[in-house]
Amino acid sequence: MSRTGTAETNYLNAQHGLKSWLLTLDHKRIGLLYLMGVSFFFLLGGIFALLIRLELLTPQGDLVQPDTYNRLFSMHGIMMVFFFLIPAIPGVLGNFLIPIMIGTRDVAFPRLNLASWYIFMAGGSITLLGVLAGGVDTGWTFYPPYSSLYSATNVLTVGIGVFVNGFSSILTGLNFMVTIHRMRAPGMTWFRLPLFVWGHYATSFINVLGTPVIAITLLLLVLERAFHLGIFDATKGGDPVLFQHLFWFYSHPAVYIMILPSMAVISELIAAFTRKRVFGYHFVAFSSIGIAVLGFLVWGHHMFVSGQSVYAGTAFSLLTMLVAIPSAIKVFNWSFTLYQGSVSFDTPMLYALGFIGLFMIGGLTGVFLGTLGFDIHVHDTYFVVAHFHYVMVGGTIMGYLGGLHYWWPKITGRTYPEFWGRMSAMLVFVGFNLTFFPQFLLGYMGMPRRYHAYPEEWQVLNVLSTAGASVLGLGFLLPLGYLLWSLKYGKLAGKNPWGAKGLEWTTDSPPPTENFRDAPVVSEEAYDYAGAGHGDGGAPAPARAH
Amino acid sequence: MSGHHVVPVRVYLAVFAALMVFTAITVAAAFVDLGALNNVVMLAIAVAKATLVVMFFMHVRYSTRLIPVVVFGGVFFLLVMFGITMSDYVSRGFLGAGSAWPRPWAP
Amino acid sequence: MSHGHSSALAHHFDSLEQQREASTLGMWLFLVQEVMFFGGLFMTYMLYRWRDPEAFAAGSHDLNITLGLLNTVVLIASSLTMAMAVHSAQTSRRRPLIGYLTATGVLGLAFLVVKYFEYSAKWEHHLVPGPLFHFSEPAIGGRAEVFFSLYFAMTGMHALHMVIGIALLAWILRGAVRGRFDASYYNPVENFGLYWHFVDIVWIFLFPMLYLIGRHYHGGA
Repeated sequence: MSRTGTAETNYLNAQHGLKSWLLTLDHKRIGLLYLMGVSFFFLLGGIFALLIRLELLTPQGDLVQPDTYNRLFSMHGIMMVFFFLIPAIPGVLGNFLIPIMIGTRDVAFPRLNLASWYIFMAGGSITLLGVLAGGVDTGWTFYPPYSSLYSATNVLTVGIGVFVNGFSSILTGLNFMVTIHRMRAPGMTWFRLPLFVWGHYATSFINVLGTPVIAITLLLLVLERAFHLGIFDATKGGDPVLFQHLFWFYSHPAVYIMILPSMAVISELIAAFTRKRVFGYHFVAFSSIGIAVLGFLVWGHHMFVSGQSVYAGTAFSLLTMLVAIPSAIKVFNWSFTLYQGSVSFDTPMLYALGFIGLFMIGGLTGVFLGTLGFDIHVHDTYFVVAHFHYVMVGGTIMGYLGGLHYWWPKITGRTYPEFWGRMSAMLVFVGFNLTFFPQFLLGYMGMPRRYHAYPEEWQVLNVLSTAGASVLGLGFLLPLGYLLWSLKYGKLAGKNPWGAKGLEWTTDSPPPTENFRDAPVVSEEAYDYAGAGHGDGGAPAPARAH
Repeated sequence: MSGHHVVPVRVYLAVFAALMVFTAITVAAAFVDLGALNNVVMLAIAVAKATLVVMFFMHVRYSTRLIPVVVFGGVFFLLVMFGITMSDYVSRGFLGAGSAWPRPWAP
Repeated sequence: MSHGHSSALAHHFDSLEQQREASTLGMWLFLVQEVMFFGGLFMTYMLYRWRDPEAFAAGSHDLNITLGLLNTVVLIASSLTMAMAVHSAQTSRRRPLIGYLTATGVLGLAFLVVKYFEYSAKWEHHLVPGPLFHFSEPAIGGRAEVFFSLYFAMTGMHALHMVIGIALLAWILRGAVRGRFDASYYNPVENFGLYWHFVDIVWIFLFPMLYLIGRHYHGGA
C-alpha cells in the first residue's frame, strides 16, 4: 500500500525558512531553486519573443525602431539559450533525479552544486542588469568586429554575465560525471542505469569539455572591447573568423547540451507509457555518447559562408551527416519501443510523441542545412530559424514539459489535473507548428533572419506565425497556472502514480531528504516491466490523475 | 585514483633532474638554427616535460585506468580544436578554390 | 597520528575511499576544463604565429630570457616541493609537510614578483597593447601588437591561476598546521597538488612559446 507521504518528513517540510532553502545542500531543493530561476528567464525570453512576433505582423518596421528590434532578437536568443535551454533540464530534473535514479543520497559535491546555482543566478543577474540598461544588439552570437568595435550597446555587461554563467554549467557537468562514476548503489551497473542518466552523462561530458572554450572566447572579446587588444581586430592583425571558430567550437556542442537531456527524458517517458523496456537500450545509451563526441567535430557548418575554406566546409558537411546518425538511432529505437507496447496517452506521453515528430523535422532540416550547397542559399534565413526552433522548442521544451509533468507527483507529492495537462500539450503542439512551419517556407523563399521589415508578399505567412505564437504562449502559460494550483489542491500522489519502473518510484512522493529510507540494492535490469524482478511497489495500472 | 601508493623520493628527484636537463636543452636549442626543426624540438621537449609531470608528480603512472582516459580525452579534444581550425586556414586557396589567407599580415 | 574517520567523511559518501576517489576524479575533470580554457589562448597563438612568424620572433626577443628561465626553474622546483609535500602527508610527517608547502608558496610568490618586474618593464617600453603601444623595430612596428596581446593574455591568465593557487595553498597550509592531514586523510593536499602541477605545465609550454622564438635569427638578445 503506497504512502501518501505528507504526514511523513520529506525534503520539502524537513526544514523551514528562507535560509534553509538558500543554504540547502539537498540536490532536490537545489533542483527547485533552478526551477524558479529558469522559469523566470524563460518568461523574460518569451516576452522578447512576443515583441518580435508583434513587430513581424506587418511588413513595415513600425512597432519598434530597427535598433530596438536588434536588441529584442539578441536578448531573446541570449536569455533562451544560456539561461533556459542549457540549464533547465539538467538543473531541474537532472539535479532532482540523478542521485535517486542511481540509488544514492546526494550528488558527489553538494556544496559545489549549490555554488553552481548561485553562479547561474549571478550570471543571470549581471545579464539582467545588461538587459535593463538596454541589452545588446549583436545577436546572441556576439560576432566581432561589430561587438568589439562598433556596437554601442552593453556588450561588456552581457558578455560578462554569460561568461560567469558558463561556470555553472561546467561545475554541474563535473558534479554529475563524478556522481555517476562513483556513487552508484550496489548492483547498479552502467548498463542497468536508466537512459536518463546516460543522457545526462553525455551532456556533462560536453559541458566540461566545451564550455571553457566559450568562456575564454567571451573573455577575449571583453578584453578586446575594454582594452583594445586586437585579437579579433583585422586592423591590428587579428581575425574575426577566429572568433567564429572558437565561438562555434562550443556553441555547436551546446545544442547537444540542449537536446541530450530532453532525449534522456523521452526515453523514460516512452518506457513508462508503453510499459516496455526501451528497444535497443545499448544503442540508445551509446548513441548519447556518440552524439557528444561527434558533436565536437562539426562546428564549421555554421561558417559555410564566412570565408572558411571550401575544403574545410566539405569536411564539416560530411561530419555533420555523421552526427545525424546517432540521433536517428534514437528515433528508430523509440519508435520500435512503441510497437506492441501498452500505450497510454497521458500528458507526458503526448509531449513525448510530439517530441518524436517535431525532432524528426528539426533534425532532418538540420541535415538539409548541413548540405553545403543548400546552406549557401538558406544561410541566415528563416529556414535556419525554423530548424533550430523545431529542435529547441519542439525538441527540448517538449521534453522538459513532459518530464516536468511526469515527475511532478514525485517532486511535489501532488498530481496535476490531467485534462488541463493534455489541453496544454495540444495547444503547445498546434501553436508550435503554426508558428514555425511557415518559417521554413519563408526562409526557403529568402526571408532573411534578424530583419524587422520584409516584402509585402510574405505577410500572410508571418501573420500565421504570429497567430501560432499566441497559441503557443497560451500553451506555455497554462501549466504555470495549473501546476501551481496543484501544489495546494492537487490530489495527493502515492509512491508510484504511473506504475513505472525506476528507483525514483520506489521511494515516497515527495522523497525524504536522504532519498531512501533504506539504501537500495539493485538486482534487476532497467525498465524491467516484463521481467521477474519485483523491485518496486508499483500498482499494475497507472492511477489516473484528474 | 592513485590508491595509497607512495612514490619514492628518488623518483621525484630523478624527474626534477630530467626536467632541468630538458629545460637547458630547450634553451640551448633555441639559439641554434635548425630551420623547421626548431619548432618540432621545442614542442617535443615541452610535451616530454609535461608528460613527466603528469605521470610522476601527478601520479597518473600509478592511478587506475579512468584517470589516463580522462587526461587523454582532454588532450584529444584540444587537438581537435587545433587541427580542424588550422586545417581551415591552411587549406584556403588550395587548388585554386578560394583565395589563400594573407600571410604575413601587413597593417 | 590519525583522526577518526568519521570527522573527515562527508555524510553523503559511504566510505573515505569513495570520497577520495570522487574528489580526485572531480579535480581531474576540473583540470580537463582548464586545459580547454587555456586551449583557446593556445589556438589563437598558434594561428597568429603561423601567420606572421617574423613579428612573433621580433616580439619574443624583447622578452627577458633570463627572467623567463629563472621563473621556469622556480616553478619546476615548486612542483618538486609540492610533490614532496604530498609525500609527507602520505607518510604522516607533519613538519616536513608544513615545510614543503611553505617552500611551494614562497617559490610561487617569487614567480609572481619576477612577473611584476617583467610587466613593469613592458609598460615602460611601450609594449602594452592599446593606444600607447609602440614597437621600436621599424620593419615590424604594429605587427608585433598581436604578439604582445597574447603575451599579456596568456601570462596574465597564468598569473591569475598562480594567485588563486597561492590562496588555496594558504588554506591547505592552515589545515596542515592544525594537523588535519595524515596517511589516512591527505586527499585535499594531493588534489591541490594536481592543480599546482597543472599550472606548472601551462608555464612549461608558455616559456618556450613566448620567450624562445627564433632566438637564432638575431643570435639571441
